Amino acid sequence: MTEVTLSNVVKNYGAHRAVHGIDLDIQHGEFVVLVGPSGCGKSTTLRMIAGLEAISGGDVSIGGRIVNDLPPRERNISMVFQNYALYPHMTVRENLGFSLAIKKKAPEEIIAAVDEAAAILGLDELMDRKPAELSGGQRQRVAMGRAIVRHPDVFLFDEPLSNLDAKLRTQMRVEIKKLHQKVGNTIIYVTHDQVEAMTLADRIVLMQDGHIVQVGTPLELFDKPVNTFVATFIGSPPMNLIDGIVRGDNAVELHAPSSGGLHGGLTIPLPSTARGRVSDGQAIKFGFRADNLMPMGHAVEEGGERTELDLPVTLTEPLGTETLLFTEVAGTEVQAKMYNPRPVRPGETLKFQLMLDKCHIFDAATSNAIRG
Amino acid sequence: MDRNLTHRNRRRVLKAVHFVALFLTMAIICIPGLWIVLNSFRPTVEIMAKPPVWTPSFTLDHYRAMFGGAGEGGVPVFSYFRNSMIVSVTSTVIAILIGMSGGYAFARYRFKGKGAYFVGLMLFRAVPGVALSLPLFIVFARVGIIDTHFGLILAYVAMNVPFTVWLTDGFFRQIPKELHEAAEIDGCTRWQAFWKVEFPVARSGVASAAIFAFLTSWNEFALASQLTRSVGSKTMPVGLLDFTAEFTINWGGMCALAVLMIIPALILTFLVQKHLIAGLTFGGVKG
Repeated sequence: MTEVTLSNVVKNYGAHRAVHGIDLDIQHGEFVVLVGPSGCGKSTTLRMIAGLEAISGGDVSIGGRIVNDLPPRERNISMVFQNYALYPHMTVRENLGFSLAIKKKAPEEIIAAVDEAAAILGLDELMDRKPAELSGGQRQRVAMGRAIVRHPDVFLFDEPLSNLDAKLRTQMRVEIKKLHQKVGNTIIYVTHDQVEAMTLADRIVLMQDGHIVQVGTPLELFDKPVNTFVATFIGSPPMNLIDGIVRGDNAVELHAPSSGGLHGGLTIPLPSTARGRVSDGQAIKFGFRADNLMPMGHAVEEGGERTELDLPVTLTEPLGTETLLFTEVAGTEVQAKMYNPRPVRPGETLKFQLMLDKCHIFDAATSNAIRG
Repeated sequence: MDRNLTHRNRRRVLKAVHFVALFLTMAIICIPGLWIVLNSFRPTVEIMAKPPVWTPSFTLDHYRAMFGGAGEGGVPVFSYFRNSMIVSVTSTVIAILIGMSGGYAFARYRFKGKGAYFVGLMLFRAVPGVALSLPLFIVFARVGIIDTHFGLILAYVAMNVPFTVWLTDGFFRQIPKELHEAAEIDGCTRWQAFWKVEFPVARSGVASAAIFAFLTSWNEFALASQLTRSVGSKTMPVGLLDFTAEFTINWGGMCALAVLMIIPALILTFLVQKHLIAGLTFGGVKG
């Protein structure tokens, strides 16, 4: 059983604190994705788990054993780097067998392990090539083979797909997920791409400025973001956010960010989930996803708590099964979605329905979600 | 149609100019060397002839004399060759070991005053070697290492280390740090990661540094002429002076010894030129 536990882990670079006391429990066999914008401390955290960065405070334990000061080679982990870091002077076979050769394993044992890894990743025909003779995807696969060949307790992936083109990235994403199903090890995966995080993770750890903002399953982060940062980071397109002021018990007045609510904005009903949790005159941010603002007759489901709005379409982005519509609500540009699309001319005004029960209310001052 | 022709002609002219320029440059570089080789095979009368003799005759007299007895214009070629070899090879090996460590440190580690150290090292290169010959002579004489292999090796190591540091630093800097990190995760110690991964990858860089260091020591004259005086320690460039007498210079003999000097350097260059040309191959990471 190899759980990975971080308790109050801190990283300082001189006077600058890159990671602020992180606590995280990762279960055996779990696929955890650390995600966040660049400079949020996710790679540093991964490198501290790997032992490539010294930790400035707190404890890192792998499989119940505190490894704070152990060198990487004593942690029984393996890592896939963003630039693959294959050994350029060795063939694929030597690259795969390197870790076992260092441990002075018997040649037959090395051959067996290397062949097994090669079979899993379909590398059999590349074994005698040097990394320079491989394509990006093949190098990526060799890097993964090198990681699985010695059956580590934990796999660490540091943005492994960033250097691949879009099509290959999608393909390798599937392979990584299959690999996890096949070998079943604990995986900690770092990425800045929320799509990778959503598709791969059992659990997502969203980081910002060296803090963990939210930990949860992909759907938890998508459906119940704790603040506006999570709401706009997870999901594509990002959640629409409009400034608003609570009016009375059951209405919200939406307004453009610059107006400060002085001119009358657009008043809509307050979603019932938020009633009683906000007070009259409170400044809020009103959030909803593109899927929750749809033209009448093009929505996936009808009924529920709705409100209707007439909005002008400024721009369309056809995506095939759906079309993204850019429109404006109370002076703020928002995106809406149209299923079973029909051609829409820019400037055309459509009747939209906003699904109030799917909307999110955030406190304007703290950016935190207000939720039942 | 006409404009096409003009452009095609212009391209042809450019190509011809290019070729002529290259030829002239190579001629300027090569003719002195060629002249030495030619002269070593010509009788002294022909070398000195004015106007020059354009169709050279061939003789091995200078070589014969050089290897001959002391009274017949002979010089202790084998001793000089041995001295040159010992001094050059030893100083190169030491300079590479020290320079490589230094270059690696500059490329990989962050420490206080790193920039200043590096500039300082490079400044040592700016001091002309001859300017150091007198102080070195006095110090070496006092310490008692004048006219020894050790003294010369010491001087050459000091001369070559800054350059080796600078060159290997550049090569190690090009190797992504993820390579040694991957090796460490794969079970290497820092030391193993260096020797098994980073050093083989930087091998061509180290080879070029080595050949530069070797050639510098092999060809060095100014310091060696001051710091050595006996057959037991004189190197080949200093040995060339044996051909000068008070009123005459034996050009033919000097050229013959020079040819012997050039040969090992040529052989060495051919042996490592693959590394020099190949440079670094970075297939291991996304290029």
